[in-house]
Amino acid sequence: MRSGGAVKTVFADAERGTSLWRDAARRLQKNRLAVAGLIVLACVVLCAFAGPWFSSYPYDEQDRENKFLGPSAAHWFGTDHLGRDLFVRVMQGGQISLEVALAATAVSLSIGVLFGAMAGFLGGRVDNAMMRVVDVLYTLPFTIFAIILVTYLGRSLVLVFVAIGAVEWLTMARIVRGQVMSLKEKEFIEAAVAMGLSRRRILLRHLIPNAIGPVIVYATLTIPRVMLLEAFLSYLGLGVQAPMSSWGTLIKEGTAAMEEYPWLLVFPSVALSVTLFSLNFLGDGLRDALDPRSSKE
Amino acid sequence: MAGAVLAGCHVARHETAGADGRVLHVGNGAEPQDLDPHLVTGVPEHRLVSALFEGLVDVDPETLEPVPAVAESWTVSSHGTVYTFRLREDARWSNGDPVRAHDFVYAWKRILTPALGSEYAYMLHCMKNARAYNEGTLTDFGEVGAKALDDRTLEVTLNHPTPYFLSMQIHYTWYPVHRATIERYGQMDERGTRWTRAGNLVGNGAFRLERWEPDRIITIARNPHYWNAGRVRLEAVHFHPVDNVLTEELLFRVGRFDLTTTVPLNKVEVYQRTRPDAIRIDPYLGTYFYRLNVTRPPFTDARVRRAFAMSIDREDLVRNVVRAGRKPAYCFTPPDTAGYTCSTAIPYDVDEARRLLAEAGYPNGEGFPEVELLHNTSDDHRQIAEAAQAMWKQHLNVRVSLVNQEWKVYLNSMLQRDYQIARSGWIGDFVDPINFLECFTTGNGNNRTGFASDKYDALIAQALGEVDGERRIAVLQEAERLLLEEAPIVPIYFYTNIFLKHPDLKGISPNLLGYVSFKRLYFEPDGAPPREPRGEGTVTRAGVGVGVTRDGRAG
Amino acid sequence: MTRYIGRRLLAFIPVLFIIVTLTFFLVRLAPGGPFAAEKAVSEEALRQIAAHYNLDAPLFKQYLDYLAGLLQGDMGPSLKRPSRSVAEWILIKLPVSVELGIYGLVVALCLGLPAGILAAWRPNTWRDYVPMSLAMTGICVPNFVLGPLLVLVFAVHLGWLPVALWETPSDKILPALTLGAIYAAYIARLTRASLLEVLSQDFIRTARAKGLGETRVVLRHGLRGALQPVVAFLGPATAGLLTGSFVVENIFGIPGLGTEFIKAALNRDYTMIMGTVLVFSVLIMTFNLAVDVVQAWLDPRLRHA
Repeated sequence: MRSGGAVKTVFADAERGTSLWRDAARRLQKNRLAVAGLIVLACVVLCAFAGPWFSSYPYDEQDRENKFLGPSAAHWFGTDHLGRDLFVRVMQGGQISLEVALAATAVSLSIGVLFGAMAGFLGGRVDNAMMRVVDVLYTLPFTIFAIILVTYLGRSLVLVFVAIGAVEWLTMARIVRGQVMSLKEKEFIEAAVAMGLSRRRILLRHLIPNAIGPVIVYATLTIPRVMLLEAFLSYLGLGVQAPMSSWGTLIKEGTAAMEEYPWLLVFPSVALSVTLFSLNFLGDGLRDALDPRSSKE
Repeated sequence: MAGAVLAGCHVARHETAGADGRVLHVGNGAEPQDLDPHLVTGVPEHRLVSALFEGLVDVDPETLEPVPAVAESWTVSSHGTVYTFRLREDARWSNGDPVRAHDFVYAWKRILTPALGSEYAYMLHCMKNARAYNEGTLTDFGEVGAKALDDRTLEVTLNHPTPYFLSMQIHYTWYPVHRATIERYGQMDERGTRWTRAGNLVGNGAFRLERWEPDRIITIARNPHYWNAGRVRLEAVHFHPVDNVLTEELLFRVGRFDLTTTVPLNKVEVYQRTRPDAIRIDPYLGTYFYRLNVTRPPFTDARVRRAFAMSIDREDLVRNVVRAGRKPAYCFTPPDTAGYTCSTAIPYDVDEARRLLAEAGYPNGEGFPEVELLHNTSDDHRQIAEAAQAMWKQHLNVRVSLVNQEWKVYLNSMLQRDYQIARSGWIGDFVDPINFLECFTTGNGNNRTGFASDKYDALIAQALGEVDGERRIAVLQEAERLLLEEAPIVPIYFYTNIFLKHPDLKGISPNLLGYVSFKRLYFEPDGAPPREPRGEGTVTRAGVGVGVTRDGRAG
Repeated sequence: MTRYIGRRLLAFIPVLFIIVTLTFFLVRLAPGGPFAAEKAVSEEALRQIAAHYNLDAPLFKQYLDYLAGLLQGDMGPSLKRPSRSVAEWILIKLPVSVELGIYGLVVALCLGLPAGILAAWRPNTWRDYVPMSLAMTGICVPNFVLGPLLVLVFAVHLGWLPVALWETPSDKILPALTLGAIYAAYIARLTRASLLEVLSQDFIRTARAKGLGETRVVLRHGLRGALQPVVAFLGPATAGLLTGSFVVENIFGIPGLGTEFIKAALNRDYTMIMGTVLVFSVLIMTFNLAVDVVQAWLDPRLRHA
């Protein structure tokens, strides 16, 4: 309809200025804590990936006579049991951990959100069946599953993402499903249905963005689990092989030496914590920003 | 060597002093699989079973020389193949039944019965026809070299003169079992029946099984029927299965445990510095080594293998990575194993190693393919592997990548010989070099490297039949020399037995098997006056027997 | 509602069947069997052992035999821990894990819920930042670090509490704290996030305008809607808590079922793996059912006929 077309253009102009995402970006900028989190996170990423270039020690260079040295001017974080510089190893470990964390969380988010939203939206017997699938997958022994993965597919970092993502998406799906189920009954969804919007559109453009609050929070909670799960997987022979290591394995090794050489535990733990704190502030900020009704008292 | 050979003379003191009433708390590592002497395989089980049962012969914990146990005396034939044991009259089971020669014959029949599927039955294969019976080719146990001549006389016939036969009797595979108990709860050759549960189990050792709460605690209490009960000073022993070694150390530190199985590596130096009377580091009969798969290039070339073996700085490794008092291993058999010490050694010679590698076609490591070093998951294994990796890189300019496999996957790889370099360990079953060197005969199940040398096999066979002690040692040394030259293995270090013990706990003597004889343990603070024995008796082993105590009782 | 619960309970059976079948065949794909050992075992012995445990029968027959046993309540002998049968092991160890799990859950709820509620009630103030930072610490510090730290401080240096093992009531405090801490952190953050959302909704403004007390508004009206994601999280989390945590049990030497899950898999103890998976499945499905019921109760619109 030609008049419809003109109306559309007018509305389109108005829309461009106030899309959900642009609104969100603006709100995020105003949240100082979230911005701080973003900056810190960027620093961490920079250090992890570029830092080792600037260090005078390669991460795998051993100096066995100088093992277990405490922090000093020569070794900012001290040395480990083989005399390797801990600062460089923490940086290198960050690379692994961040890669794993990002990829695994992305995998688990995408599968989990789609699956959960579909189940919640479609409801009834489809929902029942889908949730039973989740139940079955949840109870299969993960250790065995990981061992089988290594055996039949070799040992690579990509597999780590797959293995972790394959486990984490299950709880995500359940949370999303619950959210969608409560949102489903709301007026704006009824309105969308009445307007004749396709189910796919309702799902993608209306339900999911509004369910996103707790999902983001849970995603930021997933990341530390993923990092530590990677440490468990390396125990099973999956993941990076020595002399590379992740924050998870550095922390595990450091725990055994907690009393005698505490820096081996402290520095990787601080690196992990700083990263997770900033991720969480960022996540909170994202959640607040994306929720058009979030209160700011 | 003519005439009857007496197995040495030893005087045992009978102290009828009675129990002190002390309970010993032990951190025992893992929960025991079972308490059936014929079905267990691990160290935690060994400790318990050797307290609950007793064999013909015991060993002096310090010298590892045989001393009488259930057998009060024995004689050996001139060829060293027939042993005749005279059992003591007062040996009893924990329910009062006398221990008879038939109990041993029954036990050995049971462990060798194929249907039982005992994993350690091969310990008895030195006995005549035992192997055939165990493999099912012989069905009449009467043909096997174990005969009860009467209730108190037991005759054992061996295949070869076996110098370690007597000291091997402390291994649980040779213990007697109580037939009536076993058959009350199932068939003789039935696995996993209830006969080993608390309240059911009947043993002939210094202690009896009192309580068994799986994964929590096993308590054993002194057995009043034990022939030497007067000598046992502990009232009871409590075994706690604690998997986590850090937790075990903490439990010792706060005083809950009096004895542990091991010590976390980082704590060893701390204890040596601050509580040297609480930590023990004893030599142990075991070797940590790397296997090289000789059937896969590039390790098909002995020069390459020797180059790898020679370019490990074992002193550095032991000093900086392995630590804990362990010793570098320049050969495979630990020194002073039943009087045997290896006569050759792998030198640490980087120049020669490089020369060998060049001769094999890889000058300065050029063209050398990347090889994999396999180990099972463990911080310790990984740390040593990382150091070895760095050394090979530094000295030979070769790239070795580390592969960490979960335990069962690792075992599978070993079994399939699907590796290039693999971390390994060998703990001796009994104190004799043959236990180590036999592993590398062609096709031996513990070989796993593909190493096959007719010359080596011939030397080992010769040693097995050798009666003269010194000649036997010489032959074994020659065999080991050959082994080290061909280098299918790279020995790294010799194990030590490290554990924590309460400073007042006495009676644990260092010995190569880590053998703890609980009946000899007691608590006595340093500086306390020695206990007055209330009675004293002596017993000699020279076949005559019985002395008389000061107050007139037969000892 | 009863009919719904009844139908869901009935659905347990086909799901359990699928789980048993999948797991049965899956575990045999992992290399290495239960009886592989470092020292070589003779072929004959291996054959006899395999025969004793029915491992030499064709795979499908083993499967059917196992199912037949299950229907009679027999979960088989443990392959690697032969001193007890699988059912006996579970009966011994599950109560310990359940007890530990309940304490952990109590810790998690008592610490997490109030923290989350407080934070959402006064967002972006110190009442928000302090509990949330503590919660973050709970998430950033893994339990295998937190446990030993707590032990070092409270048991070794201060001597107030025992180091490990599971006998007296005071033994149970540190493990419960270690176990519950991370769940408390999750609950705190999830509660805060969803409560914030709910509190910004119209019906809350209405309630406030009506003059209802702030406590009542937040707790009675706000919380009801906000608990949904927390409940969704708690479902599987509780099942996980009750079946034990490998790390906590390992650190404190607690004879619970959590260690069995990992150890049985690493040992290839097929029957034990099946047994633990069965227990876990039943618990998971029960708690998911409970979650759905509670969610329906919280949000009447979700109730099924």
